[in-house]
Amino acid sequence: MSLAGKVALVTGASRGIGQAIALELAAQGATVIGTATSDSGAEAITAYLKAAGAQGSGLRLNVTEEGACEALVAQIEKDFGGIAILVNNAGITRDNLLMRMKDEEWDAIMDTNLKPVYKLSKAVMRGMMKARWGRIINIASVVGATGNPGQTNYSAAKAALFGFTKSLAREIGSRGVTVNAVAPGFIDTDMTKVLPEEQKAALVQSIALGRLGEPKEIADAVGFLACDKAAYITGQTLHVNGGMYMN
Amino acid sequence: MENIEQRVKKIVAEQLGVPETDVKNESSFVNDLGADSLDTVELVMALEEEFECEIPDEEAEKITTVQQAIDYVSGNLDK
Repeated sequence: MSLAGKVALVTGASRGIGQAIALELAAQGATVIGTATSDSGAEAITAYLKAAGAQGSGLRLNVTEEGACEALVAQIEKDFGGIAILVNNAGITRDNLLMRMKDEEWDAIMDTNLKPVYKLSKAVMRGMMKARWGRIINIASVVGATGNPGQTNYSAAKAALFGFTKSLAREIGSRGVTVNAVAPGFIDTDMTKVLPEEQKAALVQSIALGRLGEPKEIADAVGFLACDKAAYITGQTLHVNGGMYMN
Repeated sequence: MENIEQRVKKIVAEQLGVPETDVKNESSFVNDLGADSLDTVELVMALEEEFECEIPDEEAEKITTVQQAIDYVSGNLDK
C-alpha cells in the first residue's frame, strides 16, 4: 500500500483506461477522486470505488467550463486534502481528414485534451511544491509519436503533452515533483471499439505482441510511475503499446 | 507579536536558506540572496500563508526585494 494516505485525481475515470487507473491507484491505497463529464458518470465512479473497498469519490468535471478545473481542485483540497497525484487522462477524438476538418473539431480536441492538462497541473502545483512530493502523469498516445491519418488534431494535442511533460519536469524537479507521460498504443476501450474490423485487423498486424492492449496494462504503468519506485524517473514518456512503436 | 519587518525577514531567510543577518531591507531575492524564479514563487506562497492574504500574480511579480515585500504586506494587511 505504497500510496496510502495520498490523494489522487484522475480525469476521465468513468470507463476505459481512466477507470483502470483509478482502480490501480486505489489498490495501492490512494484516496482516488475520479472525474466524469456527467453526474451519472460521477456516480458510477463512486459506485465502483466503493465496490472495490476504496476511499474516494466520483465528481463531475466539464473541463471546458471556465474556472471548473480550479474549482474542482479547491473542492478536493478542502474535502480530502492536498492532491499528491494528478493523472491527466480525459480525452476525446474528433477524427477527420485535415482537408475536411472543421474548426470545431480542431478546437474540441485542444480544449478537452490539451488545455485542461495545463489548467489542472497549474492548480495542483502549489500543494505538491509545499509537500515536496508530487506526481503528474499525462496520458498521451502512440499516435503523438507516429502520427495517424485522420488524427492531425488528436496527434498534435498528444504530441504537445510530450513537450509539456519535459518542460514542467525541468521546472519543478527540484521540489520532488516528477512529471511523466504514458503513451498507450491501441487499447481495447470504447474509443477503439468504433474502429472498423478490417482496420483493427490491419492494426494488430503492426503490433509485435499481436493483440490490442488491456486498460489494466496502461494502469499498471501509471501505478508504477506514481509510486516511490519511480522516484528517479521524470520527463519521460513510457510507451505501452505491445511493440507497435519502438523509440 | 513581532512586527511585519521581522516576520518578513524570517520567512525570507527560511525560504531561501540564508542566515537572517544576510537579509537586509534592500536585498534583492535574486541578485543578493541567490533565489531563482521558482524560489520567488514559493516565497510569495509563504508570505501569503504567514499573513493570511492572497497576493495577485501581477502584484507578486513586482515584489523583488525584501523592502518591497514589507511594503506590500504593510499596505495590504487589515484592509
